[in-house]
Amino acid sequence: MTQAVLNVPAIETVDLRKEFRRRLRTDGRFARKRPVAALKGVTFTVRRGECVAILGRNGSGKSTLVRLLSTLLLGDGGSARIFGHDAFTATRAVRRLVNRVSVEASFFKRMSAEENLSYAARFYGLTRAETRDRIPEILAHVGFPAERRGEPMENLSRGMQQKVALARALLTSPVLLLLDEPTTGLDPRSKLEVQEFIEQVRAEHDATILLCTHDLAEAETLAERVGILDGGELLCLEPVDELLRRYGASTLEEAFFAATGSRVEEDADEREVFA
Amino acid sequence: MARSISPALRHELVGMGGVVERNWYLVKRYAWWELTFFFWTVANTLTIVFIAKGVQASGASVNVNRLTTVLLIGAVVWSYLGIIFEVITETVAWERWEGTIEYTFMAPLSRPTHLFGMGLFAVAYGVVRAGALFGVVALLFALSLPHADFAGALVVLAVASISFLGVGVMTAVLPLVSPEKGAQLGFVAQGAMLVVSGVYYPVSVLPEWMQWLAKVSPATYALRGIRAAIIDGAGVGSLWGDLWPLLVIGVVAVPLGLEVFRRGEIYAKRHGKLKRSG
Repeated sequence: MTQAVLNVPAIETVDLRKEFRRRLRTDGRFARKRPVAALKGVTFTVRRGECVAILGRNGSGKSTLVRLLSTLLLGDGGSARIFGHDAFTATRAVRRLVNRVSVEASFFKRMSAEENLSYAARFYGLTRAETRDRIPEILAHVGFPAERRGEPMENLSRGMQQKVALARALLTSPVLLLLDEPTTGLDPRSKLEVQEFIEQVRAEHDATILLCTHDLAEAETLAERVGILDGGELLCLEPVDELLRRYGASTLEEAFFAATGSRVEEDADEREVFA
Repeated sequence: MARSISPALRHELVGMGGVVERNWYLVKRYAWWELTFFFWTVANTLTIVFIAKGVQASGASVNVNRLTTVLLIGAVVWSYLGIIFEVITETVAWERWEGTIEYTFMAPLSRPTHLFGMGLFAVAYGVVRAGALFGVVALLFALSLPHADFAGALVVLAVASISFLGVGVMTAVLPLVSPEKGAQLGFVAQGAMLVVSGVYYPVSVLPEWMQWLAKVSPATYALRGIRAAIIDGAGVGSLWGDLWPLLVIGVVAVPLGLEVFRRGEIYAKRHGKLKRSG
């Protein structure tokens, strides 16, 4: 990693805005689509090596934020920089530094874990010689059974698939790991395994982690600072104890309720359902 | 050799190999389906090629061997073009369906490398499938091809493939713009291209406005050149009249295809069309 990368924030967004054009149910089938704000001027910074969690209900704008930072969406205003590189114009530089694990472990389901990882690694310039030993090693590291490496992904449980998704992200040694609800839908044991693995990755790889979740305990366990995103607005971003003090709450759940007026499990209002 | 080239070029070549590797895995994992579709293509081709015998049976005086070969080449080029469009356009649609497209698009791989990787696989796979189709049907009809210059036909097909890839890249943007129906629209482009190109009939029988379209369709020159090579034994030298228009169309079609895809990608990123859900 260059000195320049070491000295700049891992993530720096300033007044980041994104809107989508949607035809809402209440408008009727033939109504014109209208712009609906998904992110309303989000500003925050994540230091290199830090783990930051963003809490928010479904539809609060968490996934939009992750997609903007991973060059999958274009912003409508403001800026987003990854280690100093503009996420919308210097996309090649950003892509070399970032990887992402999302709520859906997206794979070619007929292909095996090994095949999915193999071709994905080539996109990052890793040759067959470089991945021949690395793929079995990393799969073993995430607790994936060796005898199932050649089995189609469709035969694997969601927990297993999510482990392969983590392996895919780590295979490319990302400096910034964007985790978008990585444990949603997993059974308690798989959830714990994935969380332990995230902690291990941080310790061993010195990676910066942005964790978007609606799991309050997960955020509290893994992150040094926690933010609350509601209706596309980042209401706060600070260590848990400061956040509790700010809202006069004794638990993160109480703080979330005090900040947003709703529980984290509730879906956002239809007006606020975005990518 | 890999050590002597620049790291950036090495990265792109490895990435292109990854695209080819991925498509190979997909063909391998769906091998029985591929075989089934091959039988369907053979059956479909037979329904067209039997027309030659049908014409003779109706009392017309035709050279059945020649007409059968003309029709077979039309059907094989149709099938080849279908594979090119299918591999390029359907893979984009498939990636979007599986959700892997976001991971492909966020990888540090240039879009031309990504698309040319798919094109490279499409051409290799298409040549194998089209060659097998031609061989099977030619054997079934015991076609006599004493003058055939297969090398010349392959050169025409290779040069035509540059243009086909350019058009394929243009149609590959359709699943990004319309995730539900975009891939099917690719087949509309395939049909439209072939209908004006004299796939089973001479271009001269078309209305004048369609003949104008035939002049800019690469399939026109591909069909004419391949027929000349296989039926009349025309060598590469005498095929130049069909090769140069193919080269000109290719030089225009490839950058145009990349630009169309680039704009489609920007549209998809602006409107959130890459995501499947969530």
